[in-house]
Amino acid sequence: MTRVHDMGGRFGDGPVIPDSPDTPVFATDWHARALAMTLACGALGQWNIDISRHARERLSPQDYTGFSYYEIWIAALADLLVERGVLTQADLTGQGSETPHPLAARMLRAEAVSAVLAQGGPATRDSDERPKFSPGQAVRCRHPGDSSLVDGGHTRLPAYAAGARGYILRLHGTHVLPDSNAHDLGEAPEPLYAVRFAAGELWAHPEHPDDQVVLDLWQSYLVPQ
Amino acid sequence: MPHDHSDHSHALLPPDPALRVKALETILTRKGLIDPAALGEIIDTYQNKIGPQNGAQVVARAWSDPEFRTALLSDATAAVSDLGYFGRQGEHIVAVENTPDLHNMVVCTLCSCYPWPLLGIPPAWYKSDAYRARVVREPRKVLADFGVTLPADTAVRVWDSTAEVRYLVVPMRPSGTEGLDLDALAALVTRDSMIGTALAQEPT
Repeated sequence: MTRVHDMGGRFGDGPVIPDSPDTPVFATDWHARALAMTLACGALGQWNIDISRHARERLSPQDYTGFSYYEIWIAALADLLVERGVLTQADLTGQGSETPHPLAARMLRAEAVSAVLAQGGPATRDSDERPKFSPGQAVRCRHPGDSSLVDGGHTRLPAYAAGARGYILRLHGTHVLPDSNAHDLGEAPEPLYAVRFAAGELWAHPEHPDDQVVLDLWQSYLVPQ
Repeated sequence: MPHDHSDHSHALLPPDPALRVKALETILTRKGLIDPAALGEIIDTYQNKIGPQNGAQVVARAWSDPEFRTALLSDATAAVSDLGYFGRQGEHIVAVENTPDLHNMVVCTLCSCYPWPLLGIPPAWYKSDAYRARVVREPRKVLADFGVTLPADTAVRVWDSTAEVRYLVVPMRPSGTEGLDLDALAALVTRDSMIGTALAQEPT
């Protein structure tokens, strides 16, 4: 019921390898181009950030595991461009048409880049959905933890927290619900909370009795405890 | 599974990643969908203009200015925006402060969420399977990979960035830094200390 990207708490990975202060931001030129191309294509307005994340997550487990980080980005970008009708599969093989593209007017121009990056895209929305929980209140994450809206769909509830009991730490405001927004089902904004979990609630062998993990969780992920 | 890729469009591009990126860029450029100069501008922004030096300025100010520290801890988005730090992947910022009792660390177990306007593009280790898988379950073992040992009575709080909220760790101010100005303080604030995998540097 989980997807390969949902790896929090997984066993078997090796050490984390720190870098040094002089490590370049981009290890190679194509890493930089892959990131920049992904941002530039996002500016065409044919998908949102949740659709884009979901495209990476639903690469086959074989691809997701075998690809390096920016290979995942570029594969998901190519898939999205075809799925959203921006390109055809013939385009990818060099057999596509050479006629001007209807979205060309939306191309992100060099002179617009700094304004677009500086502007960002806030996820908060006005909503009639009132907060049901208040700081300090005990809650439990829904279980099963997979998307309740779409079978196998996008969700931001990691599997390791499904069914776990935590405490509301703070309310972040009302945010776009990725579970809905990733599937063209609307932004469906909901109250979003930081929820604190004792490490012993999540892991059989926590390192320290007072350790905690905090997750940002939407109201529909939570039930009163 | 109707929402999965059944046709693997990406496999139609060359398998070598550098060639795959080049091929896609060529196709998109020919169709007038991307401007190669815009890609250069984006790369220049994150390579040269936006990086952990921004976050270090925020931390140095929080260390030196009690009023700013209070503002940062109550509404970091507004406080850092006042310093000119706002934008993509930093629309909603929360600052979390380390104390002798509590050490904060940040991860995104589901992908690679990170406060771009304050820290730039995340390092490879932050995006690695090992960090994403392990830090929520065994933060002290991960800290040991970075050569960091916490006091036995310090608890660890790991923030898993599952939404569009981005977290900045405010490390503890090292002792012996009383007379230092903002720039000298900022020089002690490493990128990793603002993720929580390091402590701020001691002055030399």
